Amino acid sequence: MNIVVCVKYVPDAQGDRAFEADHTTDREAVDGLLSELDEYAVEEALKIVEAGEGEVTVLTMGPEDAATAVKKSLQMGADKGVHVLDDAIAGSDSVATSLILAEAIRKIGDVDLVLTGLASTDGVMSVVPAMLAERLGMPQVTFASELTVEDGSVTIRRDNEAFSETVEASLPAVVSVTDQINEPRYPSFKGIMAAKKKPVETWGLADLGVDVAHVGLGASWTMVTDTQARPPREAGQVVTDEGQGGEALAQFLADRRLA
Amino acid sequence: MSEVLVLVDHVDGAVRKTTAEMLTAARRLGEPSAVFVGQGYAAAKDDLARYGAATVYLAEDAVFTDHLVAPVAELLAELVSRTSPAAVLIASTNDGKEVAGRLAIKTGSGIVTDAVDVQQVDGGVGTTQSVFAGNYTVTTTVTKGTPVVTVKPNSIAAEEAPATPSEESVWVEVSEGARAARVTARAEKEKSDRPSLTEAAIVVSGGRGTAGDFGPVEAFADALGAAVGASRAAVDAGWYPHSHQVGQTGVSVSPQLYVAAGISGAIQHRAGMQTSKTIVAVNKDEEAPIFELVDFGIVGDLFTVLPQATDTVQQSKG
Repeated sequence: MNIVVCVKYVPDAQGDRAFEADHTTDREAVDGLLSELDEYAVEEALKIVEAGEGEVTVLTMGPEDAATAVKKSLQMGADKGVHVLDDAIAGSDSVATSLILAEAIRKIGDVDLVLTGLASTDGVMSVVPAMLAERLGMPQVTFASELTVEDGSVTIRRDNEAFSETVEASLPAVVSVTDQINEPRYPSFKGIMAAKKKPVETWGLADLGVDVAHVGLGASWTMVTDTQARPPREAGQVVTDEGQGGEALAQFLADRRLA
Repeated sequence: MSEVLVLVDHVDGAVRKTTAEMLTAARRLGEPSAVFVGQGYAAAKDDLARYGAATVYLAEDAVFTDHLVAPVAELLAELVSRTSPAAVLIASTNDGKEVAGRLAIKTGSGIVTDAVDVQQVDGGVGTTQSVFAGNYTVTTTVTKGTPVVTVKPNSIAAEEAPATPSEESVWVEVSEGARAARVTARAEKEKSDRPSLTEAAIVVSGGRGTAGDFGPVEAFADALGAAVGASRAAVDAGWYPHSHQVGQTGVSVSPQLYVAAGISGAIQHRAGMQTSKTIVAVNKDEEAPIFELVDFGIVGDLFTVLPQATDTVQQSKG
C-alpha cells in the first residue's frame, strides 16, 4: 500500500494573520506550521500502514519554510518526503495547487491512496481534494470521519447536516479525512531522531513538466481586488451578574427585537 | 439576458433557505435557472417559482445521487456548455464546494467559495468573502471562464420575485469514472424540532462552561426559537454531537443573534461565528476573549443567568 499524504504549511491561526500588498497571504508576519487538519491525514496514513504494510510519502508545495511541514510529518512517522519548491508557485490558487499536486503524485507513481485533511487552516476552501480526484481520474471519497481500507477498496462514513452516508470506491482513490477520525500522535524522541535520516526530495516545476504559465498569482482564474481588515467590533457592553444578569440579557434582546 | 445556473440545495424536495438566497443573488446577474437534482421536485416547485426561477432543469435519475459529487459536476458542465451562463451558484456545503471544484476544473473557470455577497461588477461577477476567522473581508472577481461561486448560507437576504418557470428534463451520460465512488447507504439523521444550525436566525451555543449539562442552553434556545450549537471543547468531551459544532472544523454560522454560553472564544470557534450580526456571551471568566466580540456580555454563571433570561423571555411572550 503506497500512500501519499498532501500537507500544507500555513500561518499559525493563533497569530495575527494578514495580507501582503498584492493581496496574497503574508507568510512572514506569522510563524508557519503544518496545518493542524493535515495531522489527521498523516495519522490515518500511519495507522493504515502499521496495520498492514506499505509506505507513506508526504507531499507539500510552497516556499522553503514549507519543509517544516514535511519534517513534522516525518517525525510523526512518515517514510519519506517530497517538496515542490519553485519561485513561480507563489500566489497559486486552488486550481494551480491541484495541478501541481496532481503532477507530483503522478511522478511519485504507483500510488494506492492519496490522503488529505478536510481543509487548510488558511484558505479553508476544501476543494483541492475534489480537484485532485478530477485531475487524476481517481474516485473521490472525501470528508471521511471513519475509514476502512481492505481488499483494494476504501469505505468511509461521510456526515453532512441531513445524512450520514457510507461511500465506497476501489483503489486508487483520493480520500480526505476530518478531525473526527483519529487523535494525531505527537512525534516521539525516537521519531524526531529518525526523521533526520529520512529522504526528502525537492522538485521544481520543470521536474513535473508543469508550465510556469499555469501557476502562480498571474495565472489565477480569479483576481482578488481588495483585502480589508474587518473593522474592530465596537466595544460592547459587558456587565457583571449581581442577580439580575438574566433579566438584563432578556431586556437587551427585547430592545433589539431579537426576543 | 444570460442564464445564471443555481444548483438547488434540498433534502428530498424540501428546499433549503440557501436556495432562495442564491436565486435572489442570481437575479442580479441574469435570469435564474434552477438545476434540481434528485427526487422530490413536486415539493420544491413552489419555492423555486416564488424566488424567480425562470427555468428549472430537472435531473431526477438516481445516477446523480447514488454517487458522490462527480456526476453532478458532469451534469453542470454539460449545462454550462449548452447555456453559456453568466455564472453558476452553488450552496457552500461540503458537497456543494466539491461539485464547484470539479466544475471549475472541467470548464476552465475561476472558482470562489464561501461568498457572503455576489454582485455584477465591471468585467463580470464580483464576490465578497470573510476570511482568516472573519478578521478580513476579501473581494474577488472571476477573470476566466464561467464564474463558479459557492454561496454561504444566511448571508444574502432572500427576496421573492414570483415567476412561472418552464421545466425541462435533462440528462447526461455519466462517465464510468464519475460513478466510481458509490453511496451504499444513507442514514437520515435524527430530526430535531429546532431550526437547522446554518439556516437559523438565532443560535445559542454551549461550551466547556456547561460542564456537560446543555439543559439551560437548550431551554434558552427553545425560548428564542433558536438552533443549538456547541464549541469544539464540548464536542470533544462528548457532551454534544459533532454535527452541532460551530467553528473552523464544524459549521460556520452567520445568524442575526449568536449567544455563546460558557465558551471562551478560541480562534477555532471565532472562525465559525464571528460574522454573526449580534453577539452575546455569558461567561464566568471576565478575561475570556469572547468578550472582545460581544455586543452584550454578562460575566456570570450560565446556570443562573440563562434560566433567568429564559423565564424573562417566556413571561414577556405571555
